[in-house]
Amino acid sequence: MMDLRPRSHPTYLAFLVHRISGLLLALFLPLHFWALGGAIQGEAALEGFLRWTDRPLVKAAEFGLVLLLAAHLAGGLRVLALEFLGWRRRQKDLVAASAGISLAAGLLFLLAVF
Amino acid sequence: MVEAAGTLEVSIWRGGAEGAMQRYQVPARGNQTVLDIVTHIQRELDPSLAYRFACRVGMCGSCAMMVNGRARWTCRTHASRVIGADGRLGLRPLANLPVIRDLATDMAPFFDKWARARGRFQPKDAPDGAVPQEFHVVPPASKQRREADAGIECIGCGVCHASCDVVAWNPDYLGPAALNRAWTLVNDVRDGARQERMEAVAGDAGCHSCHSTQSCTERCPKQLDPSAAIAGLKRSLFWDTLLGRRA
Repeated sequence: MMDLRPRSHPTYLAFLVHRISGLLLALFLPLHFWALGGAIQGEAALEGFLRWTDRPLVKAAEFGLVLLLAAHLAGGLRVLALEFLGWRRRQKDLVAASAGISLAAGLLFLLAVF
Repeated sequence: MVEAAGTLEVSIWRGGAEGAMQRYQVPARGNQTVLDIVTHIQRELDPSLAYRFACRVGMCGSCAMMVNGRARWTCRTHASRVIGADGRLGLRPLANLPVIRDLATDMAPFFDKWARARGRFQPKDAPDGAVPQEFHVVPPASKQRREADAGIECIGCGVCHASCDVVAWNPDYLGPAALNRAWTLVNDVRDGARQERMEAVAGDAGCHSCHSTQSCTERCPKQLDPSAAIAGLKRSLFWDTLLGRRA
């Protein structure tokens, strides 16, 4: 039976974002290593792959990747801060700051790309 | 009491672990709590309904139930605040505990976890439980006293335990209330069982299982912050381990 207890508070959403971004990044890792492996195959193979990644659609997907990475990093810093610094009343602010930092990182990447 | 027109459609869990929701028509009143509704059903419509309450004023914590999917004290919850746009009210027994019958859960596993987390005060000077010769001086403004104060008002209603996803995923997890209790005692300078208590909360089912979703802090009717207490236990264990202070 589906558990319908509502889960909508900011810190729960932060947990979800952190967990899901971590899982998606873990799924991406094999692709990352495969691309790096291209360098061993020879310069031409890697060059061909890198040229393929210059397509706008791939760049847009990369934006998602950077956003995931930024969200996971910012969320991780938030967890470290709340567990090691013992902050009590500022959790929502921390969640908001993490979201802001990840969005800013994603946008900076977009600016750098286009 | 102001009379409001109409009736309320109330669904209540009937049975034990196996059972079904049963519908009741209850007169809507201008000023009624969810506990008033349950009491009306039990006294006027169906005397076989089992539920639990004592003080009716938010002191004892025995009337906690799932109200439209969310753990609440029914005595402190106005019906008008929780009845959805569809005019329905759904009541189930407190989540994450065995159901005895209808709305009454078996709280024993919940309190067993307090015992497992060493939630009992152990006087430093008198392991046999005797009154110590000297009194400790605990300055009210000291850091430890303030940490203990922050969690000491827990009345053990089980709302945080019912709201915790980690308890749902791992029934052995000690849960927010027991760990909050452990943290108040870790900060009690008169207590002599710190070592055993830290070991008790360090295992697989202990504080490190917490994912800091903070549903406990969000739902606590006493506005306590069990999530911060669990973070405190994690922090203490981290430094104890790093500095070789654990036996």
